[in-house]
Amino acid sequence: MNDAADIVLVFLVLTNLMLLGLSRLGACIRMVALQGIALGLLPLLMEGGRVELHGAAFAIAIILLKGGVFPWILMRTLREVNTQREIEPFIGYGKSLAIGTLILVVCIWLSSRLPLPEPAMSSLIVPVAFFTIMSGLFLIVSRRKALTQVLGYLVLENGIYAFGVALVDKQPMLVEMGILLDVFVAIFVMGIAIFHINREFDHIDTDKLSGLRS
Amino acid sequence: MSLFLCGLVVLFVGGVVSLLSGRKPAMASSLGAGSAVVGSLLAILPAFAVLASGRTESLRMNWNVPLGSFFVQIDPLSAVFLLPILGLSALAAIYGAEYLWPYRQEKNLGVPWLFYNLLVAGMALVVVARNGLLFLVAWEMMSLASFFLVTFEYERQMVRQAGGIYLVATHIGTAFLIVFFILLGAHVGSLDFDTIPAVPSSLAGALFLLAVVGFGTKAGFMPLHVWLPHAHPAAPSHVSAVMSGVMIKTGIYGLVRTVTLLGAPAAWWCWVLIAIGVVSGIMGVLFALAQHDLKRLLAYHSVENIGIITMGLGLGLLGVHIHSPTLAVLGFAGGLFHVINHAIFKGLLFLGAGAVLQGSGTGHIDLLGGLVKRMPWTAAAFLVGSIAISGVPPLNGFVSEFLIYLGAFKSGIVGGLDAAIAAVIVIGSLALIGGLALACFTKAFGTVFLGHPRSIHAQQAHEVGWAMKSAMVILAALCVLGGVLSPLIVRSAQTVVGQITSLAPDAVETELATASSTLTHFVVVALLLAAVAGLSLLLRRRLLRGRSVREAVTWDCGYAAPDSRMQYTATSFAQPLTDLFRFLLHTHKEVRSPQGVFPPDSALETDTADVCEKHLYQPVFEAIRWSLGWFRWLQHGRLQVYVLYIALTLWILLIWKLV
Amino acid sequence: MMTTLKLVHLVLAFVAAPLLLGIINRTKALFAGRRGQPLLQAYYDIWKLLRKGAVYSRSTSWLFAAGPWIGFAAVVAATTLVPFGGLRAPIAFPGDFLVLIYLLGLSRFLLVLSALDTGSSFEGMGASREVTFSALSEPALLIALAAVTKYTGCVSLSDMVVATVPRLWLDAGPIVVLVGFALLIVFLSENCRIPVDDPNTHLELTMIHEVMVLDHSGPDFGIILYSAALKMWLLGQVLVGLVVPVHTGILWLDTPAALLSMALLAVLVGIIESSMARVRLLHVPQLLVGATTLSILAVVLVLR
Repeated sequence: MNDAADIVLVFLVLTNLMLLGLSRLGACIRMVALQGIALGLLPLLMEGGRVELHGAAFAIAIILLKGGVFPWILMRTLREVNTQREIEPFIGYGKSLAIGTLILVVCIWLSSRLPLPEPAMSSLIVPVAFFTIMSGLFLIVSRRKALTQVLGYLVLENGIYAFGVALVDKQPMLVEMGILLDVFVAIFVMGIAIFHINREFDHIDTDKLSGLRS
Repeated sequence: MSLFLCGLVVLFVGGVVSLLSGRKPAMASSLGAGSAVVGSLLAILPAFAVLASGRTESLRMNWNVPLGSFFVQIDPLSAVFLLPILGLSALAAIYGAEYLWPYRQEKNLGVPWLFYNLLVAGMALVVVARNGLLFLVAWEMMSLASFFLVTFEYERQMVRQAGGIYLVATHIGTAFLIVFFILLGAHVGSLDFDTIPAVPSSLAGALFLLAVVGFGTKAGFMPLHVWLPHAHPAAPSHVSAVMSGVMIKTGIYGLVRTVTLLGAPAAWWCWVLIAIGVVSGIMGVLFALAQHDLKRLLAYHSVENIGIITMGLGLGLLGVHIHSPTLAVLGFAGGLFHVINHAIFKGLLFLGAGAVLQGSGTGHIDLLGGLVKRMPWTAAAFLVGSIAISGVPPLNGFVSEFLIYLGAFKSGIVGGLDAAIAAVIVIGSLALIGGLALACFTKAFGTVFLGHPRSIHAQQAHEVGWAMKSAMVILAALCVLGGVLSPLIVRSAQTVVGQITSLAPDAVETELATASSTLTHFVVVALLLAAVAGLSLLLRRRLLRGRSVREAVTWDCGYAAPDSRMQYTATSFAQPLTDLFRFLLHTHKEVRSPQGVFPPDSALETDTADVCEKHLYQPVFEAIRWSLGWFRWLQHGRLQVYVLYIALTLWILLIWKLV
Repeated sequence: MMTTLKLVHLVLAFVAAPLLLGIINRTKALFAGRRGQPLLQAYYDIWKLLRKGAVYSRSTSWLFAAGPWIGFAAVVAATTLVPFGGLRAPIAFPGDFLVLIYLLGLSRFLLVLSALDTGSSFEGMGASREVTFSALSEPALLIALAAVTKYTGCVSLSDMVVATVPRLWLDAGPIVVLVGFALLIVFLSENCRIPVDDPNTHLELTMIHEVMVLDHSGPDFGIILYSAALKMWLLGQVLVGLVVPVHTGILWLDTPAALLSMALLAVLVGIIESSMARVRLLHVPQLLVGATTLSILAVVLVLR
């Protein structure tokens, strides 16, 4: 059991649960930023002390991007859009937390049944990765505001990344780069799209978008 | 080969740089067009070398994609297609620089140049790719780049609709091609063309049909052609020229390459090709006769000429099948020569149509007229193109049809029963197509350029600038050269025909030498024609010297106030033929006939919708849409529900598999 | 020696072509109980026109003036491809009949464009009909030639004509007759004779070829008349050469025989023109499709 890695993983679980329970958008964005920083540190901790050059560079890149650039873009969008809170989500905050905890339990149970090779250093990482993915999906499904959807997408990607860290020993750069580029473009596009949607309709309630359907 | 790759790199880089300099239209234009010209010229040199020497140049690099490898090769077959692709693209780029200039205020000119260069690079890569995955990637690049070019004027509804139809059609074709490549490489495990062994005959038949449909959609066989009459008029004219002149030929290339890969042809393949050729040729020219829009007319003519090419290829394949060297060589030589000739004169005609569109502001034939006086250069170039496409000597269009005819007469008819029947069908169809094409182009040229202007557009038309003029003049000169230098050109087809028919080089050389000497006689006749024409014109001048030469009005049978609208319109000109073939055309006529003693306005409006589109595709697509309406309830329009569907599926799969 | 003779035949074609018109008109006149024009009337007409000035319409361009002359050049070039009197043509090669037919096509293309250049409805009407009928007659012609290729085994017009001997009639008589009929109908159509077109009508609405050249005058019109006569001679030579089996190889027999056959053909055309009325314009396509059917029938019989 790697203590440092475990602390980070527990921290990840906490951030996920906070995301499910928070209604202030600014705080949500900061949570996701913290998640990103934690994920950047994770592979370094998993190696258990051996820090190679490209691993370190990669970690710094991830921290900058997920902890810095994405939240910055999203905060800027938030200011333009002039919304403070997510009021009236489809599933209330209290219920979200309860469901979140339930999902956590089920994830831990499912991961124990998954026929995976023994992950290096920590047995917590697969369930946490799973849970992150699921909470990301839950965020997308249960919230109205487009910004929260973007946050959910980011959390989803974080979970996938964590999964990759768990399973892949040597971190093939190409795959990671691919995911990163994908996310970068997506955030960019979403930021622009949210801005435009708000300009057109004066709100970013995705629920009201169903009115576009003919 | 390195020169070729250099050319491709120049195209890519030039396109990207052009896009980035979009703020300054002059720079974007010159960079885009310049890189297109330079890239094409660089890449075309290896093609000439390969065709002359018969050697094959190749390059193989690893590519980190499963089943893919960057394996490119220029062999004579690729070289024959590279020549028109790169040559016409270079000329159309020169034209396009001036053609797109009026759009510089509203649009970023870097965008069409990026996609133009991607299109040219895609087409060049398609004909040199020797790996199935690389081929498909290049094919998609070509299709998508041309889609973005077609929708350049996306603010017009007609253009958007055309783009949609084009996208759907090309992807249906690509789907067939994907299946084709999967089947081709399945039992070998690799998609490299040189590792594909002899294919068993049962599979070969299925593969041939897949190739016919997949490549035929791009080439424009009937009934797969329905995207052509929409996409070609919608695109900017230099793009239409490239699409119609060379992009559809990549479909022909694919078909010929398939035939070389699949080994000995079965008899029914030849019949399929000949049937497609006959139907496309005749129906294409008939529909062209009924059109009012100049570019749509030219698009249907492309269908017709693809039909002629396919007939030549079918005859050639029949020659291979029955082991008749004359038929094989003449059929393939005629078909491939027509590929190049059609690229030249169809490119010329589309560039001319673009000049008319820009000079007068409309492409509607019945609103034009008398442009020969206001746009003399365009008129002369268009005349050369019209003579060439009607297959009339002494220009290049006649030579390629002559070769196909010669093959049919020389060895088809005197051969066995199968060959004789095929030959007679081809002869009859070519004769009919030639006559109808002559009718159609006299209509097009006569109505647009001759007579009186029929509307304000035509009255105020102006000639185009030097870039557009020079591109057209070069192509017109190539038409003439193609006719006069045809004996030499036919000789140089030795390498390519030998590769396709896999006949002994001696046999191919003998046949081509015979054809070449026949063509030399033809050139003698053509030169005689030119000489006598020159002498007659001198005679005329001599006769009229010193005599009274007056001007008057056209004979109007005494009518006091003739109007330019009283001229024969294009629709009236084509009416005897369109009425004769109305069972095929289904022209819809709306008539408001004159009533009473002093009749007020009356009108006649005809509209010929594409038969295949109206009676085949639209009902099928309507049926699909109706049946999909049953699933309307799944569409709430709510994003969250859709993601919920995904999440639920994920959960169910996980639980099902892990419990 | 052979070359000189071929050139002599060529000059003969150029000189004797308008005579055909004379013979046709004389025959028609005889049928009508008149004396008729002099045999050399066509020559007088052409000569008169070549000595006149010209009137050009303001709507026309350089195409109107140059068209007839380049068309004339095309017909002249085509004349070098036609064999006469047992001798091969001055220029003969496999597939030469294709060049012949399409050179006549070039001449027609330019004439039609000249007609459209005037901007008149009458010329447009004539041009439209002209291209329709020629589009329908070309398949008949080419399929008939396909049949001839099969039963003579030759691919050059000169060879085909030389191979038309009495033996051929014995072997493939009915087929030659069918080919002859098809070629006759095409001959009548291409040269604007009854039953396809009436060369003597003066009603613009009923003309085809006559109305296309309504606005030409002076030397232009003269050369058009001459080209039409030359074209008739050409096509007549082809018809006669492929049907009449007098190609013994003895020059003093063949040439007079060919001349006599041409004269007889002209008389035949005169008779046809006098005994029939013009077919309704809407029925002309049917006539031409009939000719195509005859050709196809010939091919089917040959291939059996």
